[in-house]
Amino acid sequence: MTYTQPGVYVEERGQPLLDATDRAIIQATQEGLPRVARPYRAVAEQVGVSAEDVMARMRRMLVSGVIRRIAAVPNHYALGYRANGMSVWNVPDDEVRELGPRVGALAFVSHCYHRPRHLPRWPYNLFAMVHGRGRAEVDAHVAEIARLLGDADRGHAVLYSTRILKKTGLRIGS
Amino acid sequence: MDPLDRAIVNRLQDGFPVSERPYAEVAAELGTNEEELMRRIDALLAGGTLTRFGPMYHAERMGGALTLAAMQVPEHDFERVAVLVNAHPEVAHNYAREHTFNMWFVLATETPREIDRVIDAIERETGYRVYDMPKLEEFFVGLRFPV
Repeated sequence: MTYTQPGVYVEERGQPLLDATDRAIIQATQEGLPRVARPYRAVAEQVGVSAEDVMARMRRMLVSGVIRRIAAVPNHYALGYRANGMSVWNVPDDEVRELGPRVGALAFVSHCYHRPRHLPRWPYNLFAMVHGRGRAEVDAHVAEIARLLGDADRGHAVLYSTRILKKTGLRIGS
Repeated sequence: MDPLDRAIVNRLQDGFPVSERPYAEVAAELGTNEEELMRRIDALLAGGTLTRFGPMYHAERMGGALTLAAMQVPEHDFERVAVLVNAHPEVAHNYAREHTFNMWFVLATETPREIDRVIDAIERETGYRVYDMPKLEEFFVGLRFPV
């Protein structure tokens, strides 16, 4: 994918990534998938195309990464995972690409990103969100990441969330 | 949650088929039937065990822009700044965290240029610097919460 102008991403062969029908499918499903025996057919009826077309387009969006996956998102608080810590790591820039996927693959890490440093105040360039049933469990997970990183860990911190100040879903327009 | 609910929560975190009768397929895997699976998913959503069920879209690949931003806000000024930051519709989530960088929010906009505009506006309104920390690379595997 190449970036051409604000907001417009195109695939390398020059096709727009999403057309109007794709966007209509996204809008029809961003609240969730219908609970009917043939959910993609229900979406198709709403959008005005065939079920086969909806399924083909959703498979394509899965392949291109527009859809990360079709799945359930649990409320981790309700499941007893009440603590989350944003662990941040200062690792050598030339090792981020090798270490990032290994940290991201850990079962207790939900998101793992390479982000820019803001020196001197913010030396950390690798972010890993760690979940646990309590802070002790999160701390143990963080220690496991530190062991995995070894000498590449040039300093780290764990930022616990104390309050949700705002939470809304991401939405796309038409 | 009984064992079937737990099996459903675990199974549905791994992905859901794109097919004519996907609920029937997953139900068969779990040793239940389509009707029961749909009823259980509705109950798990209504009871708040699941927050959503369906496609998870990747904002940037849909043409929008997303960033994580952080601020260092003195305690005495925290509430005022939170109100000013939250007033921007582009702020999707905002968390207070224990650190000198104590306010962390996600900005979601239609275009990358709008990210800069919102950051400038927040700096102007609050008088504090906003540290933009867009992701450079994503090492995304996806969390499982085994139950």
